[in-house]
Parts: sequence; structure tokens; C-alpha cells
Amino acid sequence: PRVPAVLKKRLVKLVVNFLFYFRTDEAEPIGALLLEHCRITKEEENVFSISFIEEPERKYCFECATEEQCQEWVEALRRASYEFLRRSLIFYRNEIQKMTGKDPLEQYGISEEARFQLGAHRQ
Amino acid sequence: MKLNERSLAFYATCDSPADNSGFLYKRGERHTAYHRRWFVLKGNMLFYFEERDSREPVGVIVLEGCNVELCDSAEGFAFAIRFGGTKSRTYVLAAESQAAMESWVKSLSRASFDYMRLVVRELEKQLQEMRQGLAGGCGGTREPPGPWKPKPSGSEERLPALPSILPKENGCAVWNNVPGAQRPPDPSGCGGLDEEANPRPPPLPPRRRVSNNGEAASAGAGSPSTFCRLHEQYSREVARLRQDWQQRQRGPRP
Repeated sequence: PRVPAVLKKRLVKLVVNFLFYFRTDEAEPIGALLLEHCRITKEEENVFSISFIEEPERKYCFECATEEQCQEWVEALRRASYEFLRRSLIFYRNEIQKMTGKDPLEQYGISEEARFQLGAHRQ
Repeated sequence: MKLNERSLAFYATCDSPADNSGFLYKRGERHTAYHRRWFVLKGNMLFYFEERDSREPVGVIVLEGCNVELCDSAEGFAFAIRFGGTKSRTYVLAAESQAAMESWVKSLSRASFDYMRLVVRELEKQLQEMRQGLAGGCGGTREPPGPWKPKPSGSEERLPALPSILPKENGCAVWNNVPGAQRPPDPSGCGGLDEEANPRPPPLPPRRRVSNNGEAASAGAGSPSTFCRLHEQYSREVARLRQDWQQRQRGPRP
């Protein structure tokens, strides 16, 4: 994959599971990308791309000022989805339960919430 | 403002499990008529469809920085999603039963990314403290270890890999991982193994850092007391709203 011929300078802001982008002199974002079911790919130097599962050939490419910055963004974006957070929660919950024999969510009264369950049948 | 609508629609309709779904009446923006729509809550996104079998959502409400409240309404079982800010709209919805209303208010109140992050950080902290306690000869743990038996040598403590069931939980979710990995990507980027060639433990959940280009939203202090207080607050609020609603009830439900 190549960096497209036309690069536009944008201010980019990661807020929860959205990546907002702005023209550098404007306060309102031009647009946003929802970061669920997406793949973040490190491309050539200073460049990463975001593509989405339902349209994998379409890549949103971003060129950073430095390689270090590029790595930071790649890592941040890979963790930016709600679904990633959910998986982390389930993982920690299981680990704590294995170690202590107790469900850590019980003390907060949320152990039965559909949101925190593993498995397909949560309705 | 542009959005990657196709991706949104995909998220709404893919077969990952919803956190809640059902018919709700939604009050129109300009006219006060209610329209019955099929609602699907996934993560921090509340999608609504014209019909249950519609292929694409009609709209979506992003549930960050909002309050969910019960409201006075001739419709009954009504509640509102209220956002701060002068330009923000309040969404008024009505369920078809008391139980449905309570279920929706509860699930919507806990739908934000920030809330999830708070819970994850709390658990992460607990787990860290437990592991530190173990490494120090198990004297420092808060929780009784339960079935775990102390091992003579600290280095034998093998930090577990993610259970293999996880990638299958949500068939679409694997896409976001490094190809071939059974777990979320490693934060340090130095490969999947630690010094002892054991599988590296899964990375800690994201720390929102200030980047050159801007600052991501940060959650609260993340300490256990903050989390407990927040939780207390939520449950008290829900209980109080429920009480208010019950007291305001007059006559039989339509």
C-alpha cells in the first residue's frame, strides 16, 4: 500500500472509540471514524492505516511526523474500541475469579449485567 | 460532520451480541408524536431501526456524557437521555412495560465508554495488587487466595494467557487484533514473550495519553474509592428515580 498522492494536514483527536479529524484552523471536526471492527496497520515509515472489516480494501492512511509518534498512534488506536475494553474486562474478571474464587463484579451489583457476560446469548 | 456510516451500520447489524434490544417509542424532534422503533444497544452506541428486520439503522445516539432520567409523560414508562451543552438534544423514549423501562434505564446508564473504562481500571488494579501480593510471598493480598496454593519460588508464577474462548466470543472482534494473536496487542511492542519465554500477560487497558495532536478524553481518578462512590451514586439515583416514578403513578397502566 502506498501513501496516497494527496495528503491533507489534519488535526486528529482520539476520544473514546472515535477518531475525530479537524482542519487545523477549525474548532469543529470535519468528520469522525468509529473505531469498532477495524484493523490498524503499520504501513511504511511514519505511516499507519485504518481499514474496516466490511470494506477491507479501503484504507484511511495517516502520516505522522515521526516513527515514534506513529507507533504511539497505532497502539492507542488498537485499544480504542469498546469491544476491546469489554474483552479486557471479561479477562480481568475471570482472572480475579480464578484467583479468589469470587466474582469481583458482585460487590458492585453488576455481575448479571448482559454487558459483562461472555458468550452469544446475552439477551 | 462526516461519519463512516457504513462501519456504523455494520456494527449495528453484525452478529455481535447486543447489550440490550427491543421496541421503544421515540418522540420526534420537532413534533411530539412518538414513533415505534426497534432499538439495539451495542457498547456506547444506541442504534434505532424502522423495523426489527430493517437492514440499516435509521439513526444512532452516542451515549457519552449523558444522563438517563425518568420523566413525566402522558405516555407512561418514559425516560430521557439528556446531554449537556446548549446545542444538544434530549431524547425522550418510552418503553412498553415497567420492566422494560427499568431494564433500559439501567443498561443505558452503564453504556458509556468512560464507565466501562472505570470498571476495567478497577479490576486491573485489583489484579495487580493481588499479583504483587503473591510475588511478595502472598503476605500482601487483600483477598484470600482461595484454591491457589503458594509456590516456593516466585518465578514459577506463570501469568496466564487469555482464555482461548475469548476470540470466539465475538466473531467480529478478532479483526481488531494483530493477525494470528489470540490476545490484544502487546503495549511494549517487544514481542509476545517475557524474559522467561512465558506468554506475556495481556496488556493493561489503554492509558489515555496526551499526544502531539490532541488529548483523548480521560476518565475520573480511577481509584477504588472513586469507583465505589460512582457506583453508589448510580444505584442511589436509579433507586430514587424509581421511587419518584412509583409515587407519581396514578391509576392503572394503559
